[in-house]
Amino acid sequence: MIDYTNREVLCSVRDMEVTFGKGRKAFVAVKGVNFDIYKGETFGLVGESGSGKTTIGRAIIRINPISAGEVLFKGQRISGKISKEMDKMVTQKIQMIFQDPMASLNERAKVDYIVSEGLINVHPDMKKEEREERVSKALSDVGLLPEFATRFPHEFSGGQRQRIGIARALIMEPEFIIADEPISALDVSIRAQVLNLMSKLQKERGLTYLFIAHDLSVMRFITDRIAVIHKGVIVELAETEKLYAHPLHPYTQALLSAIPMPDPDNEKKKVVKVYDPGVHHYENDPPRWIEIEEGHFIMANSEEEAKYREILSR
Amino acid sequence: MLNNGDVILSVKDLHVKFSLRGKVLNAIRGISLDLYKGESLAIVGESGSGKSVFTKNFIGLLDKNGWVDSGQILYYGMDAQNPVDLAKYKKEEEWQKIRGKEVAMVMQDPMTSLNPLKTIGWQIEEALKLHQGLHGEAAAKKAVEILQDVGIPEAERRAKQYPHEFSGGMRQRVVIAIAMACNPQILICDEPTTALDVTIQAQILQLIRNLKEKYGLTTIYITHDLGVVANVADRIAVMYAGDIVEVGTCEEVFYDPRHPYTWALLSSLPQLGIKGEDLYAIKGTPPNLFNVIRGDAFAPRNPRALKIDFEHRPPYFDISPTHKARTWLLDPRAPKVEPPEIIRHIRNIHVGGIEE
Repeated sequence: MIDYTNREVLCSVRDMEVTFGKGRKAFVAVKGVNFDIYKGETFGLVGESGSGKTTIGRAIIRINPISAGEVLFKGQRISGKISKEMDKMVTQKIQMIFQDPMASLNERAKVDYIVSEGLINVHPDMKKEEREERVSKALSDVGLLPEFATRFPHEFSGGQRQRIGIARALIMEPEFIIADEPISALDVSIRAQVLNLMSKLQKERGLTYLFIAHDLSVMRFITDRIAVIHKGVIVELAETEKLYAHPLHPYTQALLSAIPMPDPDNEKKKVVKVYDPGVHHYENDPPRWIEIEEGHFIMANSEEEAKYREILSR
Repeated sequence: MLNNGDVILSVKDLHVKFSLRGKVLNAIRGISLDLYKGESLAIVGESGSGKSVFTKNFIGLLDKNGWVDSGQILYYGMDAQNPVDLAKYKKEEEWQKIRGKEVAMVMQDPMTSLNPLKTIGWQIEEALKLHQGLHGEAAAKKAVEILQDVGIPEAERRAKQYPHEFSGGMRQRVVIAIAMACNPQILICDEPTTALDVTIQAQILQLIRNLKEKYGLTTIYITHDLGVVANVADRIAVMYAGDIVEVGTCEEVFYDPRHPYTWALLSSLPQLGIKGEDLYAIKGTPPNLFNVIRGDAFAPRNPRALKIDFEHRPPYFDISPTHKARTWLLDPRAPKVEPPEIIRHIRNIHVGGIEE
């Protein structure tokens, strides 16, 4: 059991709503999202394509503007209109690692420039020597050779490119890293290397991660807490072990049952659950975001709340 | 007619080479494998291990710069007594008798394998015209039937729609429907779920399994992720550097793996990871297939490789009538090396209680 009462909140999302388009074409991608991310933890955000998980990550880092609610970083609001200094602080302290290392690196730039671009923007007066030194340090931190600085992205394998993506984030000395499906595009054997690297860096630098993924198979191994998102709404949030042991929301259960396991006997007997949003009766009794037990939040109406409480009391 | 369990395809000492930038790449280095009618075989390996290249030989889709250097691919599906040797096929006319009708393929990315300008119904009817000689009303009716078969609701209305109106999972169902319209004996699925969400992935796997049962299909399932094949495969072949290093029933490969590379693949599965500890990661990179490989191709990445692994290529050692592996560890003279601790408990792992 982790004691969360005394932990420092690094980033808070309050009633976040993100809308794309205007007027009749408006599409609400994310609504009523609430969570705190504690300093030093790995917070997982799981959902399928189109669920809005990436949108949340991008909204925190100010790529997508939010249409309601707010984002707090170290207690200060960083969403909406903020001062120039604040914006610079956000750019430096929060960094992002993208999903597809084949698409997220500038094909025409050398690794040296890709990795140092952020530095050039934030510290334009930094000396060239110092910048080069920082680049080679960042490269060796992620297990690449400093010589690689003079090469182009196409000369690298998928795993190496993802390391370049991580070096690019690290050089800013961030406190908070948003990793958007960093291993989905990689081979299984390379996944392990990248995950190990990320957890090593976390231990060494006390980094906080928001780890976005579309399936739960890796999440148990790397996250401290997990939020499950479905169609723009977070339906359940709990400590990882608790979520795996007592998934309450039917959507979480469906996601868990879909994890393929390397165990033929059990796997061949397994029945995959399919989530049917029709099981909820929200017409007259709309759902609320409630804390069903300490640190375990769920989207439920009063009827479901009673049912979940009964399950937990067993 | 072949019965279930008869050999439908027999690959004998297949060597495939590619000519690339003036050099010769040895993509497939002497594979022998029998495929049995009605079974589901999974081929597992990292990118570049040659798993796609290997199966492309069965359907005549090898890239222009590649060729079969030696070996045979005997196909028994048309005449059980007189098999044809696909390795000798050169001309497009020859392949057209095989492609689709006998062996069909489902590609990885359903976003790029459909024609965006034609309706779904049209694309299935095209296959029906070519392979089953159906036209007009009859073809349209059959197309709707097949769509229902692959689990697309409101098939009649959906047949008139275009690919962009379908989600990723639905498109993959359509691609499978087109393959099924050819009424093939062997269905090759090349990473059919890699581009899909987990819940959809589970549904597509279920669909392939159902079709296999219903039509007595023989399926070959290609993937880089050992974690997903436990419920689709009857047998598993593990590929490394253009060679099959271990082959056995699904249970044998998961519960009693023998090749160090299979151990490494299993150990690196994140499902087996323990929080707070490092995941097992395979060191190094696969060998360069432009070079001649001496000994066991996996030896340089295998921390427990024996001296002989670097010198002589191991032969297959039989563990059971269905299970064999190419590793010197199975030689009676070899020292006893235990598989890693983590994979000995594969039976006991579970995803956590999902109770009502």
